[in-house]
Amino acid sequence: MKALFPVLVGALVALVVGDVLILGVGQSPADVYRLLLEGTWGNPYGFAQVLYKATTLTFTGLAVALALRAGLFNIGAEAQLALGGFAASVAGLALPIHTPAFLAIVVCVVAAAAGGAVGGAVPGALNAWFGANEVITTILLNFVVLFFLNWVVTAHLHVPETVHTPALTNGIVPRLSVLIPAFRGSAANATVLLAIAAAVVTGWFVFRTRFGYELRAVGLSPDAAEAAGIVLPRVRVATFTLAGALAGMGGTNFVLGYKHYYEDGFTGGAGLIGIAVALAGRAHPIGIMLAALAFATLSQGGLAIHALVPKQMADILQGVVILAIAIASASRARS
Amino acid sequence: MGLILQIVRIATPYLFAAAGGTIAERSGIVSLGLEGYMLTGACAAAFGSYYGGTVWSGILWGATGGALLASIHAIATIRFRADQIVSGIAVNILAVGTTRFALRVAFGSSSNSPRVPGGASGALEIGGLLSIVAVAMILDRTRFGLRLRAAGEHPEAATTVGISVSRIRAIAVLASGALAGLGGTFLALDQHQFSDEMTAGRGFIALAAVIFGRWDPVRVGAACLLFAGAEALEINLQGTSAIPSQFVAMIPYVLTIVALAGIVGRSVPPAALGKSGH
Amino acid sequence: MLSLEAINKNYGTVVANRDASLTVATGEIHAVVGENGAGKTTLLRIAAGELRADSGRVMLDDRDVSGWSVTEAIAAGVGMVHQHFMLVPTLTVTENMILGREPVFLDRRRASQAVRDLSESTGLAVDPEAKVSDLSVGEAQRVEILKALYRGATLLILDEPTAVLSLPEVDDLWKVLRALRDHGSTVILITHKLDEVMAIADTVTVMRNGQTVGQFQTSEVTPADLALAMVGRELAEFFTPAQRPMMNAAPVLEIENLVVGQAVDGVSFTVAPGEIFGIAGVEGNGQHELIEAIAGYAKVTSGSIRRGGTPIERLSVRRRGELGIAHIPDDRQRRGLVLDYTVAENLILGRERSFGRVRLDRMKMAIEAQRLITAFDIRPHDPRRLARTLSGGNQQKVVVAREMGGIRDFHVLLAAQPTRGVDIGALETIHAHFRLARSEGRSVVLVSSDLSELLALADRIAVMLRGRFVTVVDRADASAEVIGRYMAGAA
Repeated sequence: MKALFPVLVGALVALVVGDVLILGVGQSPADVYRLLLEGTWGNPYGFAQVLYKATTLTFTGLAVALALRAGLFNIGAEAQLALGGFAASVAGLALPIHTPAFLAIVVCVVAAAAGGAVGGAVPGALNAWFGANEVITTILLNFVVLFFLNWVVTAHLHVPETVHTPALTNGIVPRLSVLIPAFRGSAANATVLLAIAAAVVTGWFVFRTRFGYELRAVGLSPDAAEAAGIVLPRVRVATFTLAGALAGMGGTNFVLGYKHYYEDGFTGGAGLIGIAVALAGRAHPIGIMLAALAFATLSQGGLAIHALVPKQMADILQGVVILAIAIASASRARS
Repeated sequence: MGLILQIVRIATPYLFAAAGGTIAERSGIVSLGLEGYMLTGACAAAFGSYYGGTVWSGILWGATGGALLASIHAIATIRFRADQIVSGIAVNILAVGTTRFALRVAFGSSSNSPRVPGGASGALEIGGLLSIVAVAMILDRTRFGLRLRAAGEHPEAATTVGISVSRIRAIAVLASGALAGLGGTFLALDQHQFSDEMTAGRGFIALAAVIFGRWDPVRVGAACLLFAGAEALEINLQGTSAIPSQFVAMIPYVLTIVALAGIVGRSVPPAALGKSGH
Repeated sequence: MLSLEAINKNYGTVVANRDASLTVATGEIHAVVGENGAGKTTLLRIAAGELRADSGRVMLDDRDVSGWSVTEAIAAGVGMVHQHFMLVPTLTVTENMILGREPVFLDRRRASQAVRDLSESTGLAVDPEAKVSDLSVGEAQRVEILKALYRGATLLILDEPTAVLSLPEVDDLWKVLRALRDHGSTVILITHKLDEVMAIADTVTVMRNGQTVGQFQTSEVTPADLALAMVGRELAEFFTPAQRPMMNAAPVLEIENLVVGQAVDGVSFTVAPGEIFGIAGVEGNGQHELIEAIAGYAKVTSGSIRRGGTPIERLSVRRRGELGIAHIPDDRQRRGLVLDYTVAENLILGRERSFGRVRLDRMKMAIEAQRLITAFDIRPHDPRRLARTLSGGNQQKVVVAREMGGIRDFHVLLAAQPTRGVDIGALETIHAHFRLARSEGRSVVLVSSDLSELLALADRIAVMLRGRFVTVVDRADASAEVIGRYMAGAA
């Protein structure tokens, strides 16, 4: 329970700052919060949108959290996410026309994981074998990857007048509205199931396997792990690669489940918010899913209350929450 | 000659922000927030110029805006010992959100401000170059600079001789905010408006310059000019060049990664950088 | 005159100083000796204003200055030179000297000249323009001393100054200290090297376990007396001769001309099956690096290590473990345990592969944990407690249990300071297990600065001094006096 203290502080601070901003634009907090809830959890479409956004955030949150458990900072989830989405679209386009749907989806998801894995392996290797600080390298690589993908798409792979790839016929993941008609019109799709599975598997991996044991030891006490014979660079590279794969899989939410093509800029900051999700979720699968839902609600809710308060308030609150959690964590650690 | 002026123009935001980043990082505080300070500065400058009517009120507000955001980072990391990386990221997110919010509330648009009085580009360009020179001189020739260098390399030694490491770092971070804010001010006043996310990653290029320049002001300045030079070249060769613009845009980042991997000599940051101890 | 009276200082549960007192006359060279952990540095840091005592008084020339700050101490002329230099490596000598007392705009030339002048008048030769990172350790130390003198110190406290000096440099230091004394300054020397004390000090105070046990004039006392005062608890001189190690069988461990960096300077020895091979010596003479090199995570510069005939100097830690080497590190909190893991998780550290290739077999882990907790009496008897919450003695028992009783058998146990900071009960448990291992034909390399421990357990005792073995004695020929003298370099 002590671990929840920073999160509670974060939530409290967000509430207070939110109230200040709402009052600042001349609205009543009660009205705004009510509208926010109605627009998200209060109606099927809104709820489905929250699920959609939370799906991507779960993947990026897991990607950051996994690295965090090994003592590493993965700021590159944005690039890994993009690489994954891109790889999925390429795989989908490359598959022959009559590939069975299920097989096509599997191939595309694996491709997405592989694409993201590359995005994780590079900074991981640079850190493990060259001692390059992974925070800086992942930030720099974010830019490099995004420029690179932009070039690939605009120079070679795009549909004219757009910045996206041709639409897929293979590997399409069905929308949730297929099963739940009330969700019609929403982007929510079956990838949400993949996200939940990924969270469960990652949790099992970190807490129940031998490799997870070694991974956590490296993060908690690298000196003791080294003395016990655990090879630090190997664990670090492997972890970063897996983290990249997780973020990469998140790309399928948009590419396979929503628009059915890769679009430049689809990541929309989900990689960075993934950091907030990982911190708020205390790097634990259940916490991450809950935090993903919370941030997704904030984002979707921002749209819902747009009439009363600029939706940019959600952006401000995101930053505030991260700061509050960081400060609260530091104060707790010191005492 | 025209090319040189063009390079200086492109380099000005980098020079300002990198000067600030150098001074903050040399004191031991990671400066991921340069992008945020620059953006806030740009927004504040536009507002200042618009409401104040003159370019100079814009410049004043711009520096202040950057410094204000930096003060948040300073309080979080110095007073509360929060993780410097997380705080830097949070501050950048805050900057985006706050500037958008301000745009919306003041001008009803979420992407552009109206046209504001601008100009003073020449003065600011000189300012950018001067800021690098100033940082170099401060670090090398003044008491403050000596203490700052000690705070960034061996804070305990500094504390044992009675220096307040916290105070020095706070000043350095605020200065970095003001300087990066001036970088943003240049952008806004040069374009006579503020638009959403107009800094477009320049703050990170400035940070890359700090790292690539190995935290030495003169080298950092050279790195800024180098990166600006590549950009200028690309603009001039647009359409005719075999190298796509995206690859040119990548140059600063790739160069810095290479530097970090130690392929071209060791890149040793200030010893106490990022550590929250004293 | 400086005096400290009835000083008490605790760090949480650790007692650093207990009712310690010190009286230093003006114009003398006063040594404060004791083993590592005896509390010398803490006591003198209190004198210098860096720490505040929990209770007790500090008096300077009849003025009560208890609890004063570093700045006040410096102003009163009391300056401390630490073991770990407080110099900024990337700055020059001059810059380091003036740090904290500079003019707003630095005048390098004037400052440089001032440093040169001071250097000449005290005989401490330094190059004002050199970068500290380029200096030798001896030169850096001179800068530290100059720094204190530059700030007007008339009472200089030096913490283990010769730990990093070569013999000629030590002689130079003595010349400087004598010159200072002759000019009226007072020098307090913290050291554990008894030969130095005899060579340079006028008066010596001995500390042990946080207390001051005596003050002597060096002209009236011998090194052996001091050694005994430093070490001597009721030395348990029982030795169970029940089993003699098989000295003629093939050795289980052979070390030949081992060189590890600057710390280990050509060490050779062999260990027989069923032998406890002790290595005595004050910490800091290379024992730590020697053990790390044999265990596998410090690089060997040259020389060979053979385990059961197989050369292992290039093998990984894990491989060496499979070849029967177990290791109790001297820093249990950093190297021995993952403090945020549970006791059960710590009990499989390094051996996790035996508990599952993919999925960790928690049942097997729990059984193992229960077995070890019982066998080694780890308290509280709860495998799910975080290691961080255990007392020092129980933390050490976790490490010992894992290395000695765990799922992976061992032939040679490398034990570095295994009972440091450990309560009597835990100590006896650990000793009992060492004896048991011995009777089963297993060997232990026991590094300890606790002489009574070595005398109680070891078959042979080597004494390590400045990176080499100065002697190896059979237990029958060993006694506290003999070993103590070798340890002090006075034999």
